[in-house]
Amino acid sequence: MGVRAVIQVMLWLPVAVGLLCFVVPRRAVGVSAILGTGIVLGLAIALVAGFHTAEAGLQHQVSESWIPDLGVRYQLGVDGISLFLVLLTALLWAGVTVFSTFRMPDRRRIYFFMLGLGETATLGAFLAQDLLLFVLFFDLMLVPFWFLIGAFGGENRIAATTKMIVYTLVGSLLMLVAAIATAVLASDQVGHLSFSLADLSAHTLSSGSQEWIFLFFAAAFLIKMPAVVVHGWLPDAYRAAPLPVLALLAGVLSKVGAYGFLRVALPLYPEATVTYQELILAVGVASILYGSVMAFTQTNVRLIAGYSSIAQLGFITIGIFSLRPDGADGSVLQMVNHGLVVAPIFLIIALLWERSGSEDITRLGGLAMRAPVLAALFLIVTLATLAMPGSANFIGEFYILIGVFQAKIVYAFVAIAGVALAAFYAIRLFQRTMHGRPPENVDSREIALRDAAVLAPLVACIVALALYPGLILSRGEAAVEDKVAAVASEGDR
Amino acid sequence: MSFTAPEVDYAGLSPVITLTAGICAVLLAGLVGERRQRLLVSTLSLATLATAAGLCIWQWGEREDLVAGALRLDELGLAGALIAILAAAVVIPLSWREPAAERPGSEPRHGEFQALLLSSVLGMVLLAQAQNLVSFFVAIELLSVPLYVLCGSALLRRESLEAGLKYLIVGSLGSATLLYGLAFIYGGSGSTDFSGIREGIAAGLADDPLVLIGVALAATGLAFKISIAPFHQWTPDVYQGAPTPVTAFMAVATKVAAFCVFVRFFEVALGPAVDNWQPALAVLAVVSIVVGNIGALGQDSLKRLLGYSGIAQAGYMLVGLVAASELGVNALIFYLATYALMNLAAFCVIVVRERETELGDDIGAVQGLGRDRPELAWPLTISMLGLAGLPATAGFMGKLYLIEAAVDADYTWLAVAIAIGTMISLAYYLRVVAAVWMRPAVEPLGPEPAAEMPAMAGGSPQADPQGIPRGDGPSPPPGTRCLAILVPAGGLAAATIFFGIIPSPLVDWASNAGQALAAFIP
Repeated sequence: MGVRAVIQVMLWLPVAVGLLCFVVPRRAVGVSAILGTGIVLGLAIALVAGFHTAEAGLQHQVSESWIPDLGVRYQLGVDGISLFLVLLTALLWAGVTVFSTFRMPDRRRIYFFMLGLGETATLGAFLAQDLLLFVLFFDLMLVPFWFLIGAFGGENRIAATTKMIVYTLVGSLLMLVAAIATAVLASDQVGHLSFSLADLSAHTLSSGSQEWIFLFFAAAFLIKMPAVVVHGWLPDAYRAAPLPVLALLAGVLSKVGAYGFLRVALPLYPEATVTYQELILAVGVASILYGSVMAFTQTNVRLIAGYSSIAQLGFITIGIFSLRPDGADGSVLQMVNHGLVVAPIFLIIALLWERSGSEDITRLGGLAMRAPVLAALFLIVTLATLAMPGSANFIGEFYILIGVFQAKIVYAFVAIAGVALAAFYAIRLFQRTMHGRPPENVDSREIALRDAAVLAPLVACIVALALYPGLILSRGEAAVEDKVAAVASEGDR
Repeated sequence: MSFTAPEVDYAGLSPVITLTAGICAVLLAGLVGERRQRLLVSTLSLATLATAAGLCIWQWGEREDLVAGALRLDELGLAGALIAILAAAVVIPLSWREPAAERPGSEPRHGEFQALLLSSVLGMVLLAQAQNLVSFFVAIELLSVPLYVLCGSALLRRESLEAGLKYLIVGSLGSATLLYGLAFIYGGSGSTDFSGIREGIAAGLADDPLVLIGVALAATGLAFKISIAPFHQWTPDVYQGAPTPVTAFMAVATKVAAFCVFVRFFEVALGPAVDNWQPALAVLAVVSIVVGNIGALGQDSLKRLLGYSGIAQAGYMLVGLVAASELGVNALIFYLATYALMNLAAFCVIVVRERETELGDDIGAVQGLGRDRPELAWPLTISMLGLAGLPATAGFMGKLYLIEAAVDADYTWLAVAIAIGTMISLAYYLRVVAAVWMRPAVEPLGPEPAAEMPAMAGGSPQADPQGIPRGDGPSPPPGTRCLAILVPAGGLAAATIFFGIIPSPLVDWASNAGQALAAFIP
């Protein structure tokens, strides 16, 4: 199989398998979904294995004419930035699909179809090298998640999911206008109407146009993460979403926003990036502080994890907007790290709920007594979340802080407070659920083998990455430097 | 004084001739007995439409003046004609069981119903091709008058009669305004021909007050027909009151034909005065987007909801006209085609649910469809997602095209208005999808009390409600009777997805329309 086919099959297989779920017998739905995500995971691993580390440019490029009249091309490719995000997507989707088949939802066909559509859309957003294709996949991601939350979620799900889609689409529709404006305004310099990221980054716009366009993109990305001020959809959506879906929402979808900054905003709008650097840094630092404090005060375990995500994404944001190679490389690592820790947390919350019928830490506790394996897995995840020295998260945050120190030292000092706060909320989450005297409603049971089969590999990835973070750092380095260099030269001017 | 008869190009006129012949045949076929009427009439109508569509495709690519310049044969007109014919072809099976055409206990009236429908289509075909003030006005009346009758054709329903009357009054007002405007333009420019008017304006009449008043009145008259805010007040009421198949036809086909003539009249005849009308239409577009989207928010009636959504969509489409460029015309035609696909699919589902439940067109009628009737749930879902402009549907491509045209014409703020309008619209489109997939089905209510006898129908034996079962009687077992509707609904939804993923064929098709006007557009 040619290398180009790998990327194409990987992208379209999930939705094809999703459609297959409508025709196969009811009992075979879960199996086919697992097979589909398994193959995608295999292809993603093959992609990583075949990756040339030293190259900054795109690999496995696909470029076909799609809508020539509108200048839209079907362009895909991976580089060091998207490589591990693709792997993360494939990994978490496989894990969540397996996890879901053990708790087979009612109306399973549509559930797995929507999961498949979601995987295609997310992979598409990471692989797209055409601005419009990126926007298209970025928007498309919402539809399956809106369905999954609205049709399979808990209390108050319809209002919550509608709020989420309205919030996120506010950003992404403005982004659509901004993307089209970029291509139309650049068409004089490029010579023809083109949405190709390569063309557009070679001919950047005048600084006046860059500024409003950058703000439209930034709004879309910040809402998606979400960052503070535009995080209003998060509490409701996180309360209502089914936990496996939430694992994907927090683990993968939130990264697309941060990824968008690196892929689109920095290379296409370097002047505006420099202009608004401090604004975004301020938003990032505010997210760190607000997310940490809120995570510390909430009693709902979902919201503790949710607000901690806000804080973590704040770190990732400031790393990118340090506009230094170290910071941005750290952010790429941290994106994968955060996905790897937050997804298991939500899956463990699902297990906690099964054992206690509650998601409130005041009604949880003592689970470690009869479930040492579950507790051990949870402990590793917790330590990684709080960026214990020795974990890959520590290295990620360390790189990010180095970058920010070099760029804007004030923000780095404030951000360090976030590192300390992370220890508080992460340990509090672990202690209150696992230690202490179990309340009456808690039935301490060991993790079932099938659930361990999902969680253990994810935890193993965390450990492996802790031992060898260079796997990501070295592959990301060249591409990240390439993206940051354009902006940095702008900043020095 | 010598008189030379104009040379008649029968090939170019063939769609018009076919439709005219079809109308006569259908009207006569309506005289046959009850039992075979529906089959015979519908076959004739569909054959007429198919032939007309085939002839339109045969003439595709021809560009010439017909009937001494009264009509213009080009891709813009043919594109409009094809979409209108498609809409009519979908509406015919929709109307089979409609009380307006076939009421238990009285003679079926398929002949009348479908002949009126075809007359309206004929008006649309002529309107899309009109390039003379006289043919323009005659065509728009030919389009409207049958629709007034069709709106009021459900004689037993008070709302239908009200809709017919309301549409008649408001529509006549719109026609009168339009006619007044056309008279001013003729008075100012001294020509009824679009190209003559164009020459007059180019020669320095652009700021002539007579012409400007004419332009304003003509735009107002057309805005009534297309239901662009603030001339939209009739739309929700008429859409809700009219028999649903008629609503479907009005919502799609009228808009298409009127937009075609809107484009031809403004880009060709008034092209040189573009600086005068462009800002005004831009404001109308924004008002329409805002009013339509906000109006739709609280609607529980799906037909009203689609009525308001149609106002907003008309606002989006007007952006294509405001752009006053080839790209803008292409975008408009593309959007009209996708709009037709999506809207018709939605109306198919509403018609089926109206007959199966007692809830009529209330949003409750589609609750729980996802679980019980996926074959209906999917078309409605795709249609709503498409109208909302979500990716992987043709609606996304349409918005993309329009926004590109707007930005290209330096109307970026209009592009932002489209984006903001779309955000608001999500709230109501997704509400429908949420009802379909995320809410349980509504328990059927007891039979509603029989409707009062409407005063307007008074006395005639057909209007006697006693002993006539409401609607279609007990609901048929799912899927048995409505195959004729399910097939088009599924096909339209599939086309919506297809053109969302592979838009190039439709883009190429639409771009012919812009090329046809390329000589007139900068």
